[in-house]
Amino acid sequence: MQTVKEKKKEANSSTKIKISGAEAIIHCLLAEGVEILYGYPGGAIMPVYDELYKFQDKLTHILTRHEQGATHAAQGYARVTGRVGVAIATSGPGATNLITGLADAQIDSTPMVCITGQVARHLLGSDAFQETDIIGISTPVTKWNYQVTRAEEIPEIMAKAFYIAKSGRPGPVLIDITKNAQFDELEFSYEHCTGIRSYKPVPTPDESAIDAAAKLINSAKKPFIVFGQGVILGHAEEELKKLVEKAGIPAAWTILGLSAMDSDHPLNVGMVGMHGNYGPNILTNECDVLIAIGMRFDDRVTGNLETYAKQAKVIHFEIDPAEVNKNVKADVAVLGNSKDTLNMLLPKIKENNHEAWHNEFKEKYKIEFEAVIKEELHPTKEGLTMAEVINEINNVSQHKAVIVSDVGQHQMIACRYSKFKQSKSNITSGGLGTMGFALPAAIGAKMGAMDREVIAIIGDGGYQMTIQELGTIFQNKTPVKIVVLNNDHLGMVRQWQELFFESRYASTVMSNPNFVKIAEGYEIKAKKVTERKDLKSAVAEMLASKDAYFLEVKVEKEDNVFPMIPSGASVSDIRLK
Amino acid sequence: MDKGGGLMKKQWFTISVYAENNVGLLNRISGIFLKRHINIESLNVSKSEIEHVSKFTIVVNTTEDWTRKIVQQIEKQVEVIKAFYHDDDEIIYQESALFKIASHLLFDERQIQNIIKESNSQIVTVSRDFFVLAKTGRRHEIDEMHDALEPYGIMQFVRSGRLAVSKVEMPISTMLNNFQLDK
Repeated sequence: MQTVKEKKKEANSSTKIKISGAEAIIHCLLAEGVEILYGYPGGAIMPVYDELYKFQDKLTHILTRHEQGATHAAQGYARVTGRVGVAIATSGPGATNLITGLADAQIDSTPMVCITGQVARHLLGSDAFQETDIIGISTPVTKWNYQVTRAEEIPEIMAKAFYIAKSGRPGPVLIDITKNAQFDELEFSYEHCTGIRSYKPVPTPDESAIDAAAKLINSAKKPFIVFGQGVILGHAEEELKKLVEKAGIPAAWTILGLSAMDSDHPLNVGMVGMHGNYGPNILTNECDVLIAIGMRFDDRVTGNLETYAKQAKVIHFEIDPAEVNKNVKADVAVLGNSKDTLNMLLPKIKENNHEAWHNEFKEKYKIEFEAVIKEELHPTKEGLTMAEVINEINNVSQHKAVIVSDVGQHQMIACRYSKFKQSKSNITSGGLGTMGFALPAAIGAKMGAMDREVIAIIGDGGYQMTIQELGTIFQNKTPVKIVVLNNDHLGMVRQWQELFFESRYASTVMSNPNFVKIAEGYEIKAKKVTERKDLKSAVAEMLASKDAYFLEVKVEKEDNVFPMIPSGASVSDIRLK
Repeated sequence: MDKGGGLMKKQWFTISVYAENNVGLLNRISGIFLKRHINIESLNVSKSEIEHVSKFTIVVNTTEDWTRKIVQQIEKQVEVIKAFYHDDDEIIYQESALFKIASHLLFDERQIQNIIKESNSQIVTVSRDFFVLAKTGRRHEIDEMHDALEPYGIMQFVRSGRLAVSKVEMPISTMLNNFQLDK
């Protein structure tokens, strides 16, 4: 198919080209540099699918097996590429099936544009077939949404959608387009959106806040950095590294900050949070200056706020003013894009080295290693541990893989033990905790990074929430590697039942099907490992495979993830067992 | 606007929101209150001093800490230009109310005429069956008038949302002009 420019060239240059709203949508996507989108057709979006058919040489549409899968695939693509992920669905159930993905993208600040079809304008509000108020339903879980009812609105609204999704703190946008607006014609011209008068995506950094932050950091005896996804979204990985190295400050990542720094960087002291590392959690309450960069003090990070870092001066580098003083009061708030603010800060930072303080983290690591990590990585018991599987993957992938984890025990283990060399390599549902996220997200991640190894780490529970996406892998021959760590339980809930509900395992025991046969049904190479002696060769075989590969590892049924900060407890009360 | 120690004490705040006049924004804003279980005591939406810009006036009874967080969340919405909050001392505010009362009471009950005079209210219309009183003032004044009339029977009563203007400047025009200059 021709682009509008090509059409214009052919036609008399003075005549305006009229195209359908549906075709205009395609041109908008192309103008925004979209190469791939994920979706599922249906009645109210058929005109757009008809255009997708015509433009298939320019725009790849991936048919997922459920609309939720489309959103997670778009998220995986967005997270690995840093670009806007696009998902498309029909009205009614197609649209409502997007909600979980929208909510996930909203809480994890993932740039995504979802397009939904809607019944024709004259039917709106009549309870027509597959009519649902998707604007009303999606409002709390979108950064912005809009219902287009006239074809001529399409270019401006689509431009706004992409601008809003990717600017400032990114997030999901939903555009609902009535069927008449898809059929009707408009004179098409496209202009990228460069600003909206009511919307200031990036606050202007305040020089005096930078000065105040520098002063606190320079005079700190026990400074501690906790960084989150804001470093990745702001492309500030280099600046963070410079700050850490120049000032000699131990730095820990949040679950979404993983991979923003080399795992093996000497000043990387691991992960904060409920199942994070012992040192960074416990020493949060001993530092004198807490430097939070692009993170939002989630309750899974802070534990009880009344006892969180009360001794410390808090500096908060943040792009979203609404996050400042939301959970933790900042003594200095530095608003702006993390790359800009860290660049402004760096020349004001004195070279320093907090060796004694850094040694405290190393001491704490030794304690954690002896109490938890040693047995996890090199078990002396018979059953396989999740961590030894991750460790084996690290060994073979040489820390270069993209790790996409689902939600639960295996996620915590994957985030604790996976090693990273490159940013944007850890894709997981952090804020929403969406089981079923990983399989479709891995599909999107692989399509966004075909040159990289993409490994989905999934539990037996979450796997079965979106297992139908094996069909998407089959149809597209997407070479993702799928590892199911099978403990025949909903492990994390079972762990809580054991610890806090006197081992009453209410609905957490799973009778699982033959996962290998299921994978083989989709013509995916599959293997099951039940003994330690077979693990190494199986992981090697999986990662040597050029095609998709499914590896099920039977792990110990009732292992618990430690360390652990019990819900509502202080970071100081982190338990090692 | 932080009054120090009063952050955790419940009090009345008036939130003023300047926003683009778009369908759906009210839903987005009310959701912010809903999510935090904070009741909207009164809500008024009208045009503002700036063309195509709406002004929401929202009254809440909660702590300053919550009010500030809500205002931050409101301001974060794409179509919101700016949101402010003020306590009652920082604004000039009024509410309006209409009372529909049976006409015969005007002649049968002498006291009604006194209430009308003393409350500084106006008779908007009189028909054979009923008359309508309009009262503009502070909430407690309207409440007092309501209490005074109630024993005689009020056929219908309605009160508007709070209308408020701040004593200090709310520099919206400057912000919008700056946006044009930035472009």
